[in-house]
Amino acid sequence: MSAVTLRAVEPRPQKLREMSAQVGWGILAWVLGIAFFLPVLWMVLTAFKPESAAQTWPPKFVFSPTLAEFRLVFSGWGPYVTHSLIATIGSTILVLLLGVPASYALSVHPVGRWRDGLFFFISTKMLPIVAAIGPLYVIALKAHLLDSIWLLIILYTAMNLPLAIWMIRSFMLEVPRELLEAARLDGAGRIREITEVIMPVVSPGLVSTALICVIFAWNELFLALNLTVTNAATMPMFLISSVPQEGLYLAHLSAAATVASVPVILVGWIAQRSLVRGLAMGAIK
Amino acid sequence: MTVIEGVAAPPPTVEVRPREVSRRERWQRRLPLLPALVYTVLVTQIPFLVTLWYSFQSYFWNTPSPAHFNGLSNYKTVFTNAAFRGSLVRSVVMTVTAVIVAMILGVAFAMLLDRKFIGRGVVRTLIITPFLVMPAAAALVWAGPMLDPNFGLLNYLLQPFGVHHVAWLSTHALGSVIVVMIWQWMPFMTLIILAGLQSQPPDTLEAAKVDGAGAFATFRELTLPHLRPYIELGILLGSIYLVNVFDAVRLMTNGGPGTATTNLPFYLFQQVNNAFDIGGAAATGVVTVVLTIIVATFALRMFARVFQFEEGGV
Repeated sequence: MSAVTLRAVEPRPQKLREMSAQVGWGILAWVLGIAFFLPVLWMVLTAFKPESAAQTWPPKFVFSPTLAEFRLVFSGWGPYVTHSLIATIGSTILVLLLGVPASYALSVHPVGRWRDGLFFFISTKMLPIVAAIGPLYVIALKAHLLDSIWLLIILYTAMNLPLAIWMIRSFMLEVPRELLEAARLDGAGRIREITEVIMPVVSPGLVSTALICVIFAWNELFLALNLTVTNAATMPMFLISSVPQEGLYLAHLSAAATVASVPVILVGWIAQRSLVRGLAMGAIK
Repeated sequence: MTVIEGVAAPPPTVEVRPREVSRRERWQRRLPLLPALVYTVLVTQIPFLVTLWYSFQSYFWNTPSPAHFNGLSNYKTVFTNAAFRGSLVRSVVMTVTAVIVAMILGVAFAMLLDRKFIGRGVVRTLIITPFLVMPAAAALVWAGPMLDPNFGLLNYLLQPFGVHHVAWLSTHALGSVIVVMIWQWMPFMTLIILAGLQSQPPDTLEAAKVDGAGAFATFRELTLPHLRPYIELGILLGSIYLVNVFDAVRLMTNGGPGTATTNLPFYLFQQVNNAFDIGGAAATGVVTVVLTIIVATFALRMFARVFQFEEGGV
């Protein structure tokens, strides 16, 4: 073998090693990703089983799928899903209505002590709401708000507002100063500045903020469990009520869990790019 | 963000205000903030004031007698009560363990997802899914189809490793609850760290490679310092949510066996729902809030550092 051919061949094993390393890391990522997803997959699989096939040893991976449990779930979920939709959408709209102006006042033309303002909002997230659950119950009782959907809307709004302000503010900081200057030179007032300059830039950010609010409101259990009974009971409550005291129930439970989780999972999958961006922006800016 | 860049960056632009801000202008600036501020004060602070009031009252809502002042006796009960101390310790153990493990896994997964490979988008989708699953659903599915001693998938998968029908929720209750907490919050950490990795300037990594720095040295000397604010924020946000974990405890173990998984939120829930002790729960709540404020003060210092980082970067 001459020196010339050696030199020509030499780069190839190097490249091959790099490529095989890349494939190796890729396989590892896939294996771990599937492992983490397995409980979700198992939930969906179990939901399609007849009850007798859900409780077997060894667990069954091949079975004749049935929609029986889903039919049962859909026959009872009506009021719960309505309450959940109202509480989730209502509180998210309210969060945006309150959060957008507040974020504006904390970023574009900041108030004097914007830092203290921002810290106040964040600090309310650190007070554990569970600590006030007893008094909250008494207040709701006296205000005739117990077991009402309005109570959930009010509380979910307060629950999500700090994170929302934090995220929206960070998106508003992204608005180029030159754009704001140009608008001002054009004689644009505060309102036009917001509608014509800021909103177009931050609207993708608002979507990801709304998404985070939807996730947390839709999934909330503690407040709903303590403060509602029937008139405002939400999907997590429906899920709990689907666990019977005795008998076979794993398939039914899985069907209810799937139905309760799928809306947020689908929305999250579709909007995952904006979710990643929103979390990261909110996290750092 | 390297130190040098931070020093060389222009002075903060965020806080620069026109020198002559008139009275009218000041109120114009405050106006948009007021609705959110008033709303948050009303909805979040009033319940805590009422909590403070009830913490000095004897009030059991299963008895017809009205609330009456009983001085510090609720607080005396809280501080002499082993159940409170136990749940406090378990809250700390659960939160700290879950946050740290979720963060370590999150960094690892983010490093993996930062590489190019076939189907990266799909794997990312798989990994974020646990964060999207309703926590109540996650708790019930883990407690049933996953961890059931007789039919559970986990025991089946662990069979080759000599595991036979382990009743996880009776023998390893605390660990099981923590595993579910980690499973749900690891994706959140991954997403934040991934964003941090992708904001890392590629030329510094390139330069390190040219200089012959090994992968580990590059990670320790360049990547980790760059990720620091992202890690701090992930830890902070994760702690805020995980310290309040209720669903997993209520639905997987109901605080048991005994009190093995009773954390503070579940303990408070029991005081209100099983003991009907509004006064006692309020005092427990006040003590919890005071402890939280102490911890949060340190956390807010961390926030302040993050904001400095922001101004260096803007």
